[in-house]
Amino acid sequence: MISLRTNGKSRRVDVEPDTPLLWVLREQLQLTGTKYGCGIGLCGACTVHLDGQPVRACQTPVSAAAGRRVTTIEGLSADSSHPVQQAWVELQVPQCGYCQSGQIMTAAALLHEAPNPSDAQIEAAMAGHICRCGTYPRVAAAIRWVANRKGG
Amino acid sequence: MHKLGELLAEDREPAQGRRGFLKVSAAWGGGLLVSHVFVDSVSADVSAAANPIDPKTAGSAPTMGLGAWLRIGRDGSVVFMMSQSEMGQGSHTGLAMVVAEELDASYANVNYEQAPVEAAYFNPRYIGLNGGQGTGGSSSISQVAPVLRLACAAARTLLVQVAAARWGVPMPECSTDASVVTHGLSGRRFGYGELAEDASRLTAPEKPVLKNPADFKLLGRPMPRRDTPAKVNGSAQYGLDVILPGMLTAVVARNPVFGRGYRSFDDSLAKRAKGVAAVVPISAGIAVVADTFWRARSAREKLKVDWDATFDPAFDSKHLSATMESLMRTPGIVARNDGDAQAAFAQAAKKISAVYESQYLDCSPLEPMNATAWVRGDRCEVWAPMQFQSRALSAAQRITGLSPERITIHTTYLGGGFGRRFFHDFVEQALEVSTALKKPVKLMFTREDDMTHSFYRPASRNLLEAGLDEHGNIVSWRHKAVSKSILGFLWPERVAKTGLDGTATQGASNLPYALPNYQVEWVPLVSPAPVGIWRSVGDSQNAFVTQSFMDELAYAAGKDPYEFRRALLEKVPRLRAVLDLVAEKAGWGQPLPAGVFRGIAAVTCYGALAAQVAEVSVDAEGRINVLRIVAALDAGWVANPDSVRQQAEGGVMYGLSAAMGEEITIAQGRVEQTNFHQYPVMRFPQMPKVEFHLIRSTEPALSVGEPAGTPCVAPAVANAVFAATGVRMRSMPFSKVPLRRA
Repeated sequence: MISLRTNGKSRRVDVEPDTPLLWVLREQLQLTGTKYGCGIGLCGACTVHLDGQPVRACQTPVSAAAGRRVTTIEGLSADSSHPVQQAWVELQVPQCGYCQSGQIMTAAALLHEAPNPSDAQIEAAMAGHICRCGTYPRVAAAIRWVANRKGG
Repeated sequence: MHKLGELLAEDREPAQGRRGFLKVSAAWGGGLLVSHVFVDSVSADVSAAANPIDPKTAGSAPTMGLGAWLRIGRDGSVVFMMSQSEMGQGSHTGLAMVVAEELDASYANVNYEQAPVEAAYFNPRYIGLNGGQGTGGSSSISQVAPVLRLACAAARTLLVQVAAARWGVPMPECSTDASVVTHGLSGRRFGYGELAEDASRLTAPEKPVLKNPADFKLLGRPMPRRDTPAKVNGSAQYGLDVILPGMLTAVVARNPVFGRGYRSFDDSLAKRAKGVAAVVPISAGIAVVADTFWRARSAREKLKVDWDATFDPAFDSKHLSATMESLMRTPGIVARNDGDAQAAFAQAAKKISAVYESQYLDCSPLEPMNATAWVRGDRCEVWAPMQFQSRALSAAQRITGLSPERITIHTTYLGGGFGRRFFHDFVEQALEVSTALKKPVKLMFTREDDMTHSFYRPASRNLLEAGLDEHGNIVSWRHKAVSKSILGFLWPERVAKTGLDGTATQGASNLPYALPNYQVEWVPLVSPAPVGIWRSVGDSQNAFVTQSFMDELAYAAGKDPYEFRRALLEKVPRLRAVLDLVAEKAGWGQPLPAGVFRGIAAVTCYGALAAQVAEVSVDAEGRINVLRIVAALDAGWVANPDSVRQQAEGGVMYGLSAAMGEEITIAQGRVEQTNFHQYPVMRFPQMPKVEFHLIRSTEPALSVGEPAGTPCVAPAVANAVFAATGVRMRSMPFSKVPLRRA
């Protein structure tokens, strides 16, 4: 049994320790907001926070998350009030939306570290995400919108 | 074991109870919808009289049915049937806006629920044998909305009729707005909810009058999308997210070689793996079924399968060019033949010819293929992100043996579609497993399964030959295209009697430019590669081919590429206007910074008019840097202009990604690319600036999702690269064309 602290709640899950965190979140915990796109850490759809840092959940064995704070898109805010979520709605970023949980989690972590990120920092942070709908221009604008709102 | 072709053969049989019907019933019903089309019904007759009260919306406001499409509650709330899939193009919001507009209902009180798969909800684009309800061809607003508008206009008329009768006034003295009928002269009002029950008993007008687009109050205004909130907090449910009590998850071991099966398999180890419930042979391969995805996937690795690995090396990608080259020199099926292109070419002052190639592509939507099926003794439910509901229903009928009224098809959000989810293989596979186990089964493709067992945009080889007169005018245009037939592979009943597959020549045989002697032929390629729909279909390669070749002609004529095209569009003023707009907005003809060059392209695609200018630089290493795309579109009136802008931005990315570096290659009878490390799709850092200009129009709505961005970008960029380097990009992906300066 592995004890996970996810979005502030502790749960014990009965899974093999090498099961990727992605699948434990989606299946044992039924938190389906974190998505599967490639399984090899290339698309970013599975991004969650581990102790506040963005990680690819498909590349993180659940054993590595035991005893640490896991935050998923569902836990980013109680009511979609996180500034990144607000920006995503204001600028109408999502199209199909499938990649957006991962992009939002990465953007949130970036802005926490660097409230007024340079273009180069934004590009470096977001380059790990694949969006087949081509929302990249709006992702950039939404991150800039959050930075500007904070007076950065 | 079935081969894919055998499964498809069954789809060709006429459906049970097939009949054409033109339904104008005394009750308010399907007559409104099918007043001009014959429909073959594969399902129970739509009975508008039976309007089950939706338990979710009931309570104290029972809903009155107003035909197959609409219900209005006593509280004035409007519910319409949603037949179209939401895959990011904004169809759900757009259609809600259409209903609010045409019904003159308060937009906030218009909601929708999943339409059943019935003839009343067929997409006019897909009428025909086993056709029906589907989302594709950029048709949700251009072709489905008109049907919905008729239903709404009829409903509005009846609501006014009831109000006017109660007041004893003539109908023309009444007006409608925000779900209220008002008698202007007296100021009396009725909310729609007070009128709906009486209205639902009246006979619908045969020819309801639609609003003039010039009078639209809502349509054409940017509107926040209804699905956005759920897509920023993880609550939006895609097919992969469906969870049912007692559900099992299946992954399928498939032969990597196209169309081949297996001789034998040993599942003894797989069956004993943790969490495994069953190992089930199905048409596509061997399904390993477990309590979780990870356990199913792990157990699948323990299967020992003796695959039939025979393949024909002639179909390897390294031979593809040579195979298509020899076909290209043979006569093809005629798609267009105006004048005498051969004679005019022979007499031309200047002759230009070129060969263009395009590659196999995968749609690669980010949500991999999946479907959930629950087959019980007497009923069946399917949940899937799908684009062609009618085919899913037919598959369910065939696989389960159940009749349509015992089958429910649920469409979830789609994590991208792009045409891949138009074919329903994933639904069939889930149904087969659930039918065997009589349990709810979610069947999932891994990314590797998806990329190697997909339906690819067909590769093509194209011979272009044109003649110019001594003034540089085009006197002859000939295009011979070679490609594998999509329709021949997936929907053979839609191949023309001549043998022509129109999807192969769209964008080639319907050019809007004035070409006096114009001949297009198509030679089908025989190949085992599975082919299918990719965003903009034939236009995806033909726009590149024809707009690049046209650019070659402009240079051969010594003319500016923009002026050269403009002169050929006298008879298509709407496209000429779009071309003028991009040229103006891009500053065509004005100086550019050093090292930056422009290219231009203008096409029609699914009836819409699109043009782009690309600004590009090429460094000494030959790397192409796309700096800016200026795009314009005339799609008639539009529902949500911000959704149109999203389609332009996204469509540019999609087309550019494919043009720059995507390629599916085949070796030893199998696809070589298994995941994104081998199939490099475009990412954030490579995205150019996109400036999009929408022509505001009151003309009938035209297609948006495919024309808005995808077809023009490859030729616009290729033409800019020529301006920069003198090298013609005659092949996609461009990464294959060496540009490094010596």
